[in-house]
Amino acid sequence: MSQPRYVADPDGEVRTVQLDGLALLFHRPSGMTHIVAPPAPQILEALRLGPADIGELLGRLRAWYDFEVDEDMEALEARVAELEAAGLVARL
Amino acid sequence: MKHQLSLRIGTVAFRIGSAWSAPIEALRQLYRDYPEPEDGLCDFTVRLEPENFLRRWIRPSVAIQGDYILPDAAPLSLAHGLLAAEMGMNLQMALGQKRFLLLHASTVEKDGRALIMTGESGAGKSTLAALLGERGWRLMGDEFALLDLDSGRLWPFPRAISLKNGAIRVMEEEVERDRFGPRLTGTPKGEIRHMRPNRRAVEAMDKSAVPALILFPRFGEAQGLRAVGQAEVFMRLTQASTNYVSLGRPAFDALTKLVGDHPAIAVDYPDTEGALAQVETLWGELAA
Repeated sequence: MSQPRYVADPDGEVRTVQLDGLALLFHRPSGMTHIVAPPAPQILEALRLGPADIGELLGRLRAWYDFEVDEDMEALEARVAELEAAGLVARL
Repeated sequence: MKHQLSLRIGTVAFRIGSAWSAPIEALRQLYRDYPEPEDGLCDFTVRLEPENFLRRWIRPSVAIQGDYILPDAAPLSLAHGLLAAEMGMNLQMALGQKRFLLLHASTVEKDGRALIMTGESGAGKSTLAALLGERGWRLMGDEFALLDLDSGRLWPFPRAISLKNGAIRVMEEEVERDRFGPRLTGTPKGEIRHMRPNRRAVEAMDKSAVPALILFPRFGEAQGLRAVGQAEVFMRLTQASTNYVSLGRPAFDALTKLVGDHPAIAVDYPDTEGALAQVETLWGELAA
């Protein structure tokens, strides 16, 4: 079974402001404001490069940041699921 | 309407109409130094009407009507007509104001810079602002801070200060008698007495100020200070806003700038005089 692939809204649809190490996001399509902690902003940034499954997403994040491999897979899935529930990430 | 009054509070013009003369006379007295709307145009209309035909005379009961209404709002007795008018004006602002981000906060100004105080009902923001307004600061408003979406400046809205319960005596000892409205007892919020802001506040009602410091006062606690993280400040101010969601992106931009550019402190205090001294100290350290 193929892995689900995820996509995030383009940069222009989400206004991001950093305050105190947290990111405030204004999501234009929904009009909602979100307050998120790392690695959520980094996940959104990586998904803006194009659709990706969890493995590809982890690869992108590891290229930028210091991510452990195995144990992060599950944690990353959980973070992406939270962003999906918040409407900031969609499944293709 | 049979009885009417138009007046301007800061940049906002109201027309208040009433089926009875008493609430309009009380308002006219309370707001006697306030200007009429320029060019006669009003932003908001408030109407005080009988709950039904007979209730104009028999146990008169005031329903608040206007451009914006809360359909389930309970009517007030005519003895509380002034309160109904004030509530009606607040309601129009809270639901209808589109030019400013409205924060449920009091603001006072010194040297063109504004102190914002926000907190839950009973936290003392209104009383502190009223007292500071008599002791060297300019009162900009005790109920709503109006944040300009473009410039980030704060605009005054110096309506009559709504003093509740213990705060009434505190201000009666501070302020001349003719600035008070009638004592309203047995209202849904306990005892209420309105107080007209002083001449300085009224004369400067067109003068905006730049924000400088945000405080979250809390009355009745042991004295304590805590720096509040910016994300928490942002969250608390969105909760304190009546129109953040409806204004969308401009409100997000204005509020993130306000929070990002200014310090915010939670102030717990056991007594009002101590709080005033604390405010002056914080202002000297953080804003001056």
